[in-house]
Amino acid sequence: MALIQIRNLARRYVMGSDTVHALRGVSLDIEKGEYVAIMGPSGSGKSTLMNLLGCLDSPSAGSYDLNGKDVARMSDNDLAEIRNREIGFVFQSFNLLPRSDALHNVELPLIYSGMSRTDRRLRAREALVQVGLADRLHHRPNELSGGQRQRVAVARALVNHPSIVLADEPTGNLDSRTGQEILNLFEHLSSQGNTIIVVTHEEDVAQHSHRILRIRDGLIAADESTGRRSSSVTVPSPHPPVLPPQGP
Amino acid sequence: MTLSDEIRESALIAWAALRANKLRSTLTTLGVVIGIITVTLMGTAINGINAAFRQSISSMGADVLFVGRFPWMAFDDWRTYRNRPEITLAQARELERLLTTAVAVAPQVDGNGTVLYNRRRASGVWINGNTEQSLSIRGLSIATGRWFTASDIVSARPVCVLGSYLAEGFFPHESPLGKRIRINDSNYEVIGVIEPLGSFLGTWNQDNQVVIPVTRFQADLQRRPDYSISVKARSAADLPEVVEEVRAVMRRIRKVPPGAPDDFAINQQDVFIQFFMAFGGAIGLVGLFITGLSLLVGGIGIMNIMFVSVTERTKEIGIRKALGAKKRTILIQFLIEAASLTLGAGLLAVAITWPATLAIDHYTSFAARMSWWIVAIALLVSILTGIVAGFIPALRAARMNPVDALRAD
Repeated sequence: MALIQIRNLARRYVMGSDTVHALRGVSLDIEKGEYVAIMGPSGSGKSTLMNLLGCLDSPSAGSYDLNGKDVARMSDNDLAEIRNREIGFVFQSFNLLPRSDALHNVELPLIYSGMSRTDRRLRAREALVQVGLADRLHHRPNELSGGQRQRVAVARALVNHPSIVLADEPTGNLDSRTGQEILNLFEHLSSQGNTIIVVTHEEDVAQHSHRILRIRDGLIAADESTGRRSSSVTVPSPHPPVLPPQGP
Repeated sequence: MTLSDEIRESALIAWAALRANKLRSTLTTLGVVIGIITVTLMGTAINGINAAFRQSISSMGADVLFVGRFPWMAFDDWRTYRNRPEITLAQARELERLLTTAVAVAPQVDGNGTVLYNRRRASGVWINGNTEQSLSIRGLSIATGRWFTASDIVSARPVCVLGSYLAEGFFPHESPLGKRIRINDSNYEVIGVIEPLGSFLGTWNQDNQVVIPVTRFQADLQRRPDYSISVKARSAADLPEVVEEVRAVMRRIRKVPPGAPDDFAINQQDVFIQFFMAFGGAIGLVGLFITGLSLLVGGIGIMNIMFVSVTERTKEIGIRKALGAKKRTILIQFLIEAASLTLGAGLLAVAITWPATLAIDHYTSFAARMSWWIVAIALLVSILTGIVAGFIPALRAARMNPVDALRAD
């Protein structure tokens, strides 16, 4: 069974008298160790898909099995536990706690998972060493460069050994050189067997991944391999792929 | 996440958040500081009144009755008492002779007068006419010299015993014993000094007194004094029996016809206690109301600032939720933040009231007493205020949707 197994996943928002169909029934499998990019213009539903993949939100319909657990109907508290154990987030704007140093920021998921103080110190330190920040443990976010901040965020995402690393526009706030550094880091993490999902609208960022899912109008419009590493995965969708509409 | 970890982590977050907004935190806590100051001051005042009352009342003796013309606490019309005949020394002597259940009986009378010695003068001195038995009945002790003997009283010798305040005032560098002082217009020889007594209910200095034989009081100060008779029972438990005997004997002595009401009153210190209980209860109620009101105002301030804090930190809440913080964790975090604010306010209030209490105690006649339980209550109340006031804001934070919270700036 795939690490992520999504069937007919839909998400509707009710805005006053209107109902917005952000996601219209997506089916998708992602295997362990894959490096996937999710692409799409704004309003395509890619953020909604990311929120659902990250268990930040619950679907209106459909099923989502993550690592063998049906997370589609879980309560808020159970979802918090799933996020803590299974998912490592990397955000566009880093989302570090400004008043805490790098070490404490990386420790945070371990605090919530109930690990003892000495163990989590050790693990957080290891994670920071892994992203090359051994000498920045006690720096606060405002004392770090953008690239360093994003590496702290990556360390925080990895520290709980999650099933997936979910990155939302991870290079969006970085210059191209430091953005490249982060992408190299992802590639390295992928080669170590981590499952990585990157949400982006930049083609060259997506090209670093092994598989690109193109979202349009709440559906997967294309599922293509980048050829960087042969992907054995196909979409077991009951629906035929929808061709991207041409022009406005 | 264990609860102790949760509290520890939350306390660190709270501390960092409060430190980041020092001015705002301080201003917000002012309301609670004032509230807690009223809590501590009220507690201190009640404590002080209680202590003063207990000290004062103990000087009256729990096993002593006071027979007088009037009741201490009169609730009837004054005219029903006004025409009662005075209690005379002869009646006191007769009562002493006839009583079988009492241990000691002593007539006494008091008034105000002027004391002179060697060009020094004290006016408004409390002058007591006592007998040899009054020492034990009044629970006094002699610091130096001696008390009256029965023959001092019978022969109405011009001797006196001084309160410690007067003794120090008149004889700062010499022994008062054997000295001759002038009370109003008569000369007296000082034979003793009473151990210090302190003040009654913090108002009236009991050491500013001079005691003379009850027989001299009549001769020198007041032609027809109105005596009261102190009757000491073997123990407080015997009092009801003694009361009955005193009533019967006094009616006989004062020739009260059968069926007519008593023309005297038998007073006990318990009327003071009852009065005090009612009085203390009223003070407590008023205090509770004022305290509650100021804490309410302070609590509203805390609630307001916690709403601001929660709104400002929506993003932080989103991050924490994304990383696995549950509702309970966020709730506890903000409750602890609110409680830390108010606990700080409580500590500040105690830091203000403690020296204030010492100063009041030192510079005024009011006996203010701070105690550990008042501090404990003040701190407990401040923490509770924070938890109550912070609950709704904390709940709002805990219920935030992580997607929306992360989207906030």
